[in-house]
Amino acid sequence: MEFTLKTLIFYGFALLTVASGIVVVTVRNIVHAAFSLMVTLFGVAGLYVFLQADFLAATQVIVYVGGILVLILFGVMMTSGRLEMRIHIERGQLLLGAVVAIALLMLLLAVIANTPQWKNVADDGTQLQPTTESIGTLILNGQFLLPFEVVSVLLLVALIGAALISRKEVRE
Amino acid sequence: MLELEYYLILSALLFTTGVIGVLVRRNAIIIFMCIELMLNAANLAFVAISRSLGQTEGQVFVFFVMTVAAAEVAIGLAIIVSVFKHRQTINVDEVNSLKG
Repeated sequence: MEFTLKTLIFYGFALLTVASGIVVVTVRNIVHAAFSLMVTLFGVAGLYVFLQADFLAATQVIVYVGGILVLILFGVMMTSGRLEMRIHIERGQLLLGAVVAIALLMLLLAVIANTPQWKNVADDGTQLQPTTESIGTLILNGQFLLPFEVVSVLLLVALIGAALISRKEVRE
Repeated sequence: MLELEYYLILSALLFTTGVIGVLVRRNAIIIFMCIELMLNAANLAFVAISRSLGQTEGQVFVFFVMTVAAAEVAIGLAIIVSVFKHRQTINVDEVNSLKG
């Protein structure tokens, strides 16, 4: 694999994404963790652009960074008396968590390495058409119409449920 | 030229980071963020495989995952805020009974 500009940019985004993901897990201040998560989400959006999923990259920025992250920040503001928190983790728990995580990583890497269909599927550099049209056709005119409707009902239920759970209780 | 494997390995790394966070951290909101990390890792694998197959079906799945993630965050944060109102803590070790 020769070092072209493309691979260099890919490694940059990959490093950005994983490093800020690790910061999310390790940092003490919750607000710092939230902003680090923002960097991760932007990194993933950049990788989407790299994979020529243009519409998804825009949606990633709008939905995750613009919606979910702001919601999480609201949650941080509403729940924390103190932002700095001591991370005190029992040793056994930390050890067990690390063992489980490393085992999972080994499993995933083994599957990736041993699946022949995933080997040498190189990006041949062909430009895909803009994906917006085909995604729209698939959702609204194709096999994904029913899941789309189900998911929209799910969102409505979630909206009503969130409002119901977090409202003030009124006793009569 | 970038191969599919690199994206999948990156996705596996990101997913494992999220798993470590869920297993080790005790703050409910941090656990939430780690779940988002895991969902993003799965999305990345979806998009990479969709790109290598030259089909857009995988990207439609990513849309559904994003929708479910949004619903999950809305409900979950509502629950966390309401737990905080009752118990004044969101440490998941201290919130271990279902009775208010």
